[in-house]
Amino acid sequence: MALVEKAVIMDEEAVGRALRRMSHEIVERLGGTGGLWLVGIRRRGVPLAQRLAREINAFEGLLPPTGELDITLYRDDLTTKHDRPQVGRTQMPGDPRGKTIVLVDDVLYTGRTVRAALDALVDLGRPAQIQLAVLIDRGHRELPIRADYVGKNVPTSRREVIEVRLLEIDRRDEVVIMEQA
Amino acid sequence: MAIGTHLCDLDDLDAEGIAAVLYTAESMAEILARPIPRVPALRGRTVMLLFYEASTRTRHSFELACKALGADSVSLAAATSAVAKGESLVDTVRTARALGADAVVLRHPASGAARLAAAQGLLPVINAGDGTHAHPTQALLDLFTVRRHRGGPAGLRLTIVGDILHSRVARSSAQAFARMGADVVLCGPATVLPPEAGAALGVRVCHDLNAALRGADVVMALRIQKERMDGGLLPSAAEYRAGWGLDAERLAAACPGALLLHPGPVNRGVEVTPDLLDRPESAVDDQVKAGVAVRMAVLYMLLEGGAAE
Repeated sequence: MALVEKAVIMDEEAVGRALRRMSHEIVERLGGTGGLWLVGIRRRGVPLAQRLAREINAFEGLLPPTGELDITLYRDDLTTKHDRPQVGRTQMPGDPRGKTIVLVDDVLYTGRTVRAALDALVDLGRPAQIQLAVLIDRGHRELPIRADYVGKNVPTSRREVIEVRLLEIDRRDEVVIMEQA
Repeated sequence: MAIGTHLCDLDDLDAEGIAAVLYTAESMAEILARPIPRVPALRGRTVMLLFYEASTRTRHSFELACKALGADSVSLAAATSAVAKGESLVDTVRTARALGADAVVLRHPASGAARLAAAQGLLPVINAGDGTHAHPTQALLDLFTVRRHRGGPAGLRLTIVGDILHSRVARSSAQAFARMGADVVLCGPATVLPPEAGAALGVRVCHDLNAALRGADVVMALRIQKERMDGGLLPSAAEYRAGWGLDAERLAAACPGALLLHPGPVNRGVEVTPDLLDRPESAVDDQVKAGVAVRMAVLYMLLEGGAAE
């Protein structure tokens, strides 16, 4: 299955602006940063969570704790999605009890990744509240899951693939739509 | 190659594979430290634990590893099973498969038993110790323990002391540590440490305990088995202790703070004096803890074909 790049739907500036706007939305909706944790879903949710935390720090003067969540062992599609599912690190800033956790991921698609993340979080403790922030919502939900904060809504067809590239991992910030050749 | 279908001995894992297991085991150790040490990764899978020999550590740590990954484990203790009626190993594995097992963990007194079971092509086989041949998961947990305490093991010196000839632990650990770049020295009475042992494993042999301990960063003491003394290979427990037993004074020859390992169960006062087990340098309890995490990694990688990032 060869993929061909169709279009760049967000460039570096657009990604930056979206994250800045989302960070303001988060603080507005939660009425502050009290008890807020930003937990990134591996892999690309992690640098996104860290960026959101830094943005919040820039205007609130408070850096919310961030965490990393690996959901490989909770997925329901282990053998279908990858040939060799890989296990990464989970690191939380402490006991989630009473915290408001905003899960952060790059793309929201079927919702299965988020479902797995919720299972993982609940096994780790009992947060007071869990919300979801994603850079891209591409539709086609297979589960009743929705994002609280969205960078950009991108209607897609199932034949298309959305690829988020981030400076920390891919050496540049951009979002592209790819299609099977 | 991360990991293949079976884990029978260290030939089934190259350095990259070993590194992948150790890395995955780190994530597994984090899961075990949680308030709820459980993930659903192997939910719906059944692992048959076929133990033809007594075991505390290995069997229970495999059981706990299965449970932590959400898998079911079924234990077969040979003495109370149809094995007592004469059922063969191959038939037992076939029966395990018919009962719905997805993998077999096998401990058997005959060297090569794991390879035989694996060769039937019925189920993935993990060797939990076969005769005097191999104990790969023990070697992996030894590596994991050493790495956590000292890093490496590349560049570290490991000295293994004891009945090397009959030790599957010594064989597997010597291979594993050497493959990962450690300098390994085997030490023991000449009756149980033939000079060829070193060449076969690609490591050094030394019959002088003091010389072997000098410069060691990690010292592994092996259990002395009573059968060897009955068989005339070793004089007596007291004489072994006198010539080869480790105590604080002898260990002073090693590097300061050298790590102490023992696969267990420990014959207190024979291969090590009891006080050594209470010192901070003793990693024996950590080895046991590591065993669950490492066996989780092996089970997960074997059954899901996964490896760490």
